[in-house]
Amino acid sequence: MEQWITICRLDDILPQTGVCALVNQDHVAIFRPYNSNELYAISNIDPFAQASVLSRGIIAEHDNELWVASPLKKQRFRLRDGYCLEDAHYSVAHYDVKVNEAGLVQVKLP
Amino acid sequence: MNKTNLVIIGNGMVGHRFVEELIDKQVSNQFNITIFCEEPRVAYDRVHLSSYFNDHNAQALSLVSDGLYQTNQINLLLNERAIGINRQAKEVYAQSGQVIPYDKLVIATGSYPWVPPIKGADGKNCFVYRTIEDLDAISACAKYSRRGAVVGGGLLGLEAAGAVKNLGMETHVVEFAPVLMAEQLDALGGEQLRRKIEAMGVGVHTNKNTLEITDAANGKVMQFADGSSLEIDFIVFSTGIRPQDKLARECQLEIAPRGGIVINDYCQTSDANIYAIGECAAWQGRVFGLVAPGYKMAQVAIAHLLGEALTFDGADMSAKLKLMGVDVGSIGDAKGKTANCRSYIYLDENIPVYKKLVVSPDHQRLLGAVLVGDTADYSNLLQMMLNQMPLPEHPDTLILPAHAGVKPALGVDALPDSAQICSCFDVTKARIVQAIQAGCHTVAAIKAETKAGTGCGGCLPLVTQILNMELTKQGIEVSHALCEHFKYSRQELYHLIRVEGLTSFNEIIHKHGQGYGCEICKPTIGSLLASCWNNYILEPALTPLQDSNDIFLGNIQKNGTYSVIPRSAGGEITPDGLIAIGQIAKKYQLYSKITGSQRIGLFGAQKDDLPAIWQALIDAGFESGYAYAKALRMAKTCVGSTWCRFGVGDSVGFGVELEHRYKGIRAPHKFKLGVSGCTRECAEAQGKDIGVIATENGWNLYVCGNGGMKPRHADLLAADLDKETLIRYLDRFIMFYIRTADKLQRTSVWLESLDGGINYLRSVIIDDKLGINDELEKEMARIRKLVVCEWKEAVEHSENQQRFAHFINSPQRDDNVKFVPERQQHRPATAKERKIILGE
Repeated sequence: MEQWITICRLDDILPQTGVCALVNQDHVAIFRPYNSNELYAISNIDPFAQASVLSRGIIAEHDNELWVASPLKKQRFRLRDGYCLEDAHYSVAHYDVKVNEAGLVQVKLP
Repeated sequence: MNKTNLVIIGNGMVGHRFVEELIDKQVSNQFNITIFCEEPRVAYDRVHLSSYFNDHNAQALSLVSDGLYQTNQINLLLNERAIGINRQAKEVYAQSGQVIPYDKLVIATGSYPWVPPIKGADGKNCFVYRTIEDLDAISACAKYSRRGAVVGGGLLGLEAAGAVKNLGMETHVVEFAPVLMAEQLDALGGEQLRRKIEAMGVGVHTNKNTLEITDAANGKVMQFADGSSLEIDFIVFSTGIRPQDKLARECQLEIAPRGGIVINDYCQTSDANIYAIGECAAWQGRVFGLVAPGYKMAQVAIAHLLGEALTFDGADMSAKLKLMGVDVGSIGDAKGKTANCRSYIYLDENIPVYKKLVVSPDHQRLLGAVLVGDTADYSNLLQMMLNQMPLPEHPDTLILPAHAGVKPALGVDALPDSAQICSCFDVTKARIVQAIQAGCHTVAAIKAETKAGTGCGGCLPLVTQILNMELTKQGIEVSHALCEHFKYSRQELYHLIRVEGLTSFNEIIHKHGQGYGCEICKPTIGSLLASCWNNYILEPALTPLQDSNDIFLGNIQKNGTYSVIPRSAGGEITPDGLIAIGQIAKKYQLYSKITGSQRIGLFGAQKDDLPAIWQALIDAGFESGYAYAKALRMAKTCVGSTWCRFGVGDSVGFGVELEHRYKGIRAPHKFKLGVSGCTRECAEAQGKDIGVIATENGWNLYVCGNGGMKPRHADLLAADLDKETLIRYLDRFIMFYIRTADKLQRTSVWLESLDGGINYLRSVIIDDKLGINDELEKEMARIRKLVVCEWKEAVEHSENQQRFAHFINSPQRDDNVKFVPERQQHRPATAKERKIILGE
């Protein structure tokens, strides 16, 4: 059965930024690119440095897709699926995320 | 293979160029190279010798990069004079008794200053102007003198007079001929130069034949043939040079009738194993007293050594100079000696500016030119003369001022491939085009690749024209677009933001860009908004623009922790401050070290600890050091005159003042300040974006140095300033940098990208060429008022602090951060160590 974990209120995430959530034992980066309920979630771990930092990166648009640039060395990860633009071998996991009727952000357990 | 023994006598500019060329061509390993250098230091830039009076920095003049000779296994005999050559035994005798055998010998002994046989000219306080030692002696004498005379109104004489004047002396120039610079200028041109120089308060005495120099009660008296006399304290002779050909005479090499070692088109002397290059050599009976022909001879001699075909076929003696602040240019047949030649003359006595063209009798070719007061046309005219390009229908349009209408463009396209664009390094048009085709698409890249424009810089306008022409031909548009979302450069965006009063990214991208934005344009605009308005960078609308460093007000480290660096202006820190920092570091388990910026850095802070750490630091009297920002980092200072035995200025006091003045102002990139209390330069100020060095008379201001990835010595912007003037110049300099630099462009690279380099910058900052200095100063005053301590703001706005938590949904800390002990502190665990710690 699908299991969704409630993380925070949508308003807790400043538009155009990301936050890090603890989902079971995973560090998950949740991004809110616009002032809307459109959300994306990928692993928060930068696979190049093994540091839990991706939610602190800048959200960027390239080739009509949204990415986050790692705050460490600027490699870009696609928000919708965690694909790494610089080196596909370093792509990261992605998660399903939504806003429920009560305005709460929820991540689906993998 | 047996290496050829190659001995070079002389380590002046040409002697060194010869060796450098061997190294550049990667053939130096075919030779056992020995260099005789009779001076106590290796080759230095005699062309810019006078700059030594500004900073007394012999190292800055050096042409030999550190370790160049050693790494290339070149045997340098410093402070060693060659006293004899035995051509039969093929040996050179050194003064110390050493005997150096040679297979090939190169004589590059240069010239010596010729002093006319005037009675008393060899007395006390009579100098020549040739070496750093000469300059030291003149400097020392000036300390107890009031009046100095330079005998000789030629090129070098006026250079020397400028230096004497800069030493604060009442200055006189004494010239035998009726005009100044008689070698290069015609009478009318010489007259304008004289008026300009006299207007500066320098006494010019032409038509003066000095008969005798006698000692008087307080000083010296020069007696002239016309019965007049001049009282002075010291004399500098600059009455011409003579080739230093003594060694060659003694070993019976052929000598030209008017001096100089006779060489053929391959720079060989009458002994095929001996070459002579530079000012000691005479080609077709003629000695060339400029550096460019000497460089060419060095090239030719090497080509001959290697069996390549290259000949010396004379040299153009055109020259462009700035003498005592006056621009002077002389091209080809400046004095119109060609039979039946015709002249065009433009004269404005108000400025004054004087320009003359000498053209062929059929009006088809340019033969020569004289330029006084304005040399902007020099490069174009020189190319026209050298390449025998056809003159426009009305040749006078080439020298008329701008208000007379547009000048006919030279059209670099019309230049032959063989045209020499850079005469200092003999770079042809073909070589520059080749570099552009190979991918050098900026002037800076061309300079780095070909050396063109790195000597006197006179050819840079032409290099730029060639670059633009080539890029147009290749269909390459020179794009300064920031990224795919903005087609404007950083500089253009700055103006749009200022002029239209834009304050948010959304507004800016909506009006002037497209799409969502990216990791390039967002922080750039964030920085521009900060430079323009300095609103608190963590306002909700501004936060998403910032790099992680700016959001969490610390430098992110490889494991996701942050550094904490409080300001310690000028490197000053109280014992109580030290104790407080120690206690805080201990409490939060922070690794501590002194950073490269003379400050204490605390590392390994988890971001949820940052507000508490900074609260404690602020309580102890500290403020943010802005180490995370593209802004002023620090003013590094030496201990200065308050403590140091040698200091002549209070470098710490001034450094603290400057650091507080410019802290917190966001710029295109970080910038650093250094302040030294004397020329020993312990603060390494010349390796900083802004360097200030105390002198006996005030402060020297250096700009655009860098010690980082690409070290660059700073350039002297102005010397002997008082503090108020220096601060005014700095206000303008920093604001001009903020306005015009490209994104993430350090001042050193920015300067290289400015057309005209340091001279242009000087004309903007000091002479207010663009008429914007008032505005720059006001802008600086406005932006300075808006600076706050960002950490004070952050800890006072508790609503902001939730974002410092690692998880938004849990109070847990980042369990991913692991440390291992090292040297009584700790460091981030490596990937391997982390696996072990985590039991994976």
